[in-house]
Amino acid sequence: MSHPEPKDNVGAKLGMWLFLFTELLLFGGLFILYSVYLARYPHEFATAGRELNVIYGAANTVVLLTSSLFAAMAVTAVKRGERRATMALLAGTLCCAGIFLVIKYLEWSAKIHHGIFPGSAKLIAGPPGESVFFGLYYLTTGLHGIHVVIGAALLAWIGARVKSGALHAGDNVALENGTLYWHLVDLIWIFIFPLYYLIL
Amino acid sequence: MSSAENRTAASGGFWQDTGRRGIASWILSTDHKRIGLLYLYSVLGFFMVGVILGLLLRLELMAPGRTIVDAQTYNALFTVHGVVMIFLFIIPGIPASFGNMVMPIQIGARDVSFPRLNLFSWWLYAIGALIVLTSLFTGGGAPDTGWTFYVPFSARTGTNVSLAVFGVFVLGFSSILTGINFVTTIHRLRAEGMGWGRLPLFVWSLYATAWVQILATPIIAITLVMVIAERTLGIGLFDPGRGGDPIMFQHLFWIYSHPAVYIMVLPAMGVVSEIIPVFSRKPIFGYKMIAVSSVAIAAAGSLVWGHHMYTSGMSDTAVMVFSFLTFIVAIPSAIKVFNWVSTLYKGSISLEAPMLFALSFILLFSIGGLSGLILGAAATDIHVHDTHFVVGHFHYVMFGGAGFAFFAAAHYWLPKFYGRRYREKPAIVGWALMFVGFNILYFTMQVLGMQGMPRRYYDYLPEFANLNLVATVGSWILALGLIVMVVNLWRGLLRGEPFTGNPWGGATLEWSIPTPPPTENFEEEPVVTHAPYDFKGTGIP
Repeated sequence: MSHPEPKDNVGAKLGMWLFLFTELLLFGGLFILYSVYLARYPHEFATAGRELNVIYGAANTVVLLTSSLFAAMAVTAVKRGERRATMALLAGTLCCAGIFLVIKYLEWSAKIHHGIFPGSAKLIAGPPGESVFFGLYYLTTGLHGIHVVIGAALLAWIGARVKSGALHAGDNVALENGTLYWHLVDLIWIFIFPLYYLIL
Repeated sequence: MSSAENRTAASGGFWQDTGRRGIASWILSTDHKRIGLLYLYSVLGFFMVGVILGLLLRLELMAPGRTIVDAQTYNALFTVHGVVMIFLFIIPGIPASFGNMVMPIQIGARDVSFPRLNLFSWWLYAIGALIVLTSLFTGGGAPDTGWTFYVPFSARTGTNVSLAVFGVFVLGFSSILTGINFVTTIHRLRAEGMGWGRLPLFVWSLYATAWVQILATPIIAITLVMVIAERTLGIGLFDPGRGGDPIMFQHLFWIYSHPAVYIMVLPAMGVVSEIIPVFSRKPIFGYKMIAVSSVAIAAAGSLVWGHHMYTSGMSDTAVMVFSFLTFIVAIPSAIKVFNWVSTLYKGSISLEAPMLFALSFILLFSIGGLSGLILGAAATDIHVHDTHFVVGHFHYVMFGGAGFAFFAAAHYWLPKFYGRRYREKPAIVGWALMFVGFNILYFTMQVLGMQGMPRRYYDYLPEFANLNLVATVGSWILALGLIVMVVNLWRGLLRGEPFTGNPWGGATLEWSIPTPPPTENFEEEPVVTHAPYDFKGTGIP
């Protein structure tokens, strides 16, 4: 519609925050299951958790935190009107997203190679608690991986808009919202990493 | 649909062409009124589908043994009836149709905060509906799990559950986006002078509803993802053989699906809170309490999901806590009922069609609410759990409550948007038939349940035969009333007498603008100077 009203940036950000709540709650369902099943199978969870590769997990944590730093710097850059720096920083975020997914791929394929995947003979033969642990592990990290892809696509689209000049210092709420989403992807990983790799 | 609208489009306002032609001026429009009407016709269409399925169910249960369909078809019928009525009619029902049409005008805004997102959520609704419909005719056939998709059956049945569940997932996304849009709109776009204490109660109810949509829907989304993962990957999260627990499915499912009951009924309460004062010519009694009780229902209603699970095997402590919390939700609901009745007291009541529907809401919702307490108390619930008593109860709340309020809203607001009105006498005849048929149908169900007739059974003992016949006859009277009402509305809105001005004397903003509303609602941003139910001294006839 042709609304002559000025853009409501506060409203746009409020809407984004509300959407982020829904994303947190989406993962919340998985975290509820995690806590219930952890209480039921503490030993099996500990055994299964030790099979996860902390190096891969830690590397991915560093990669995602770095990507969030780039994203936050991109917001500052666009507000200062530095178009090229904004694009470079967004490209940095996208690179990190790619590295994250590659590491995730290596991690998953190693697990699958060892016969650990939903419905595998090894898990069915093993104790039920471990099967549940890996079921949750694959579902949670898989869903998170999908969110990494969505976030990266969103930032790529925003980068294209920065390039074309549609998104600039005077009108940058889309970039701010895109990076908010990216921070959410990061934040959820910050919970997944200790729960699955560290505390067990 | 488009041809019908072209005939009425003569009357100006937002009906006039806004740049696009034909169907594109609707399915690509970002005008909240057009999107509201899109939703209205979509949900009404699915309501008709649901009604036909319900009538078939009643026909099958008219006599013991096989009457018209076999057992598997019967299972599919009650599943699809539930899925269509819940996810395609009543959850988007009032908020997405009348909420979209009326709420921005009531707060003095030109549109919602995110008009394109609003259109996108209708598209998601349409796509989700299409996926659900596809699931009926492909794969292993229509789902036969009941609308609740309980595991382990939903994980194992050969019917097309995965696709139906994915469709519901998409519909949930649509519902979330509407919720986000409404909360943002109500926070950001209120006109000058429209403080929180002057928000019409319909807007308050939509505000509370939108929060429930935002906070509860993600949980069903992830639960449905798990069902799909269970079916396609055998992930085992709900499979006891692999360490999972089917009761966790029930918890996750009802964490959404109980609050969803309030997504359905809160906007209905909002509609009633609008209509009662206007047709009593009296300011609403207890404005603040009604507004706060909407939010209280939304909050408390999020903590009572366990009352669907008393017989599931969860701990007795949990049963008692959930039972206690369930009784707490009854308090804000009762506050509303008492306030409506107090508004009526010594009012100058005019019994026109919207008012009749609103009044029957109060009665039917009270019957449904009180029978809900029988189910909320753990001891009595064990007796009537999974019987026709439950079916009767939730139809009183959902159909007698949300459904009748939907029709009240249709008779109250549609003339405003069409600029033409329905005929009053057929409207009252339709209402009377529906009211009588409704009670014959669902009260009989409650009696049957008390006598021990289980729900979802294909066949029943001979001693239940008479009352089942009565209930089925009731369903015919109800359907006849529906036909009278819909035909009357349809004819009236297309070719009825012109409807102008403010014949009922409403004091909310939608009655202060031309009929039908102009595309951008207000020529200049309004300044609100009086409360929504101040009928005195505001120049209203």
